[in-house]
Amino acid sequence: MDSRNCDTVTGPPVADLLPDTAAMAVKVVIVGGFGVGKTTMVGSVSEIRPLTTEETMTQAGVGVDDLAGIERKTSTTVAMDFGRISINAELVLYLFGTPGQERFWFLWNGLFEGALGAVVLVDTRRLEVSFEVIGRLEDRGVPFVVAVNTFPESPSHPTEDLRAALDLPVEVPIVACDARSRESSRDVLLALMHHLYNLSAQPAR
Amino acid sequence: MNSTDRDWDDGTDPERLYVITRGRSGLPEQTTFDLVTLIVSRAEPAPTMQPEHAAILRICGAPLSVAEISAYLGLPVSVVTVLLADLLDEHLIEARACVPQAILPDRALLEAVMHGLQKL
Repeated sequence: MDSRNCDTVTGPPVADLLPDTAAMAVKVVIVGGFGVGKTTMVGSVSEIRPLTTEETMTQAGVGVDDLAGIERKTSTTVAMDFGRISINAELVLYLFGTPGQERFWFLWNGLFEGALGAVVLVDTRRLEVSFEVIGRLEDRGVPFVVAVNTFPESPSHPTEDLRAALDLPVEVPIVACDARSRESSRDVLLALMHHLYNLSAQPAR
Repeated sequence: MNSTDRDWDDGTDPERLYVITRGRSGLPEQTTFDLVTLIVSRAEPAPTMQPEHAAILRICGAPLSVAEISAYLGLPVSVVTVLLADLLDEHLIEARACVPQAILPDRALLEAVMHGLQKL
């Protein structure tokens, strides 16, 4: 992480300042494998240039990184890109992109607590990471939708084939998207909100 | 893919972070601050303050989330939350809490978000 001199730290550009009426913020997590387009999607819908926050790898890294015999002190930092959408004068939505691979799951504790839900961004050329992510979200009880980022060379999967391949319950929406498009990315978020809305309409079991 | 879609790098200087927090760490069970808790300054920075504390007060004239403070300061969230707890103890900042924990979010909240997204 770059060390910044705190005397010269500047806050957001004036155009990015939230009004003082902003009283509450909610978050949605966009999770997927490396290179699937998380950052692209965050950037497409964010009203600010996406920012990066970083966290240092803690004990979760043990067993992943082989620390034996390493003399040099290092710690791994994991970057999360995030963006922001002002919903109205009081309410702000933050979008966090986070890597889906198991070795980054230590990030998830602070991230999913209080999150409205998640978007699992899927690249049909590499479904393996999505399996892990979906299983983990189900274990944690985090509601999610699956968004298939369409790359030009992606094999075309009918939704139901993909549902079977990912072993997804019928109620979990699968939507195709183009993460580069603001409208398309917004529609993914809307699909998540509709899904949450439907879940909240169900009687408690 | 996208060149900014980097997921990790090495090289944080642990000693520097240790000094900034005077050896304290943001405990995972600490629940005062979420990534999206909005922080607003309630005081001007003073010359006697630790520079990181002063920097937070300076940039939080308008509400900023904990994640944004982390990004602008270039410090991990776990370090920022320790600094924010200091400031909150001294009543130098206001923390606007995120949505209370619930199994599923409130329908009125979801309707507000949908309405906001449709305007994009």
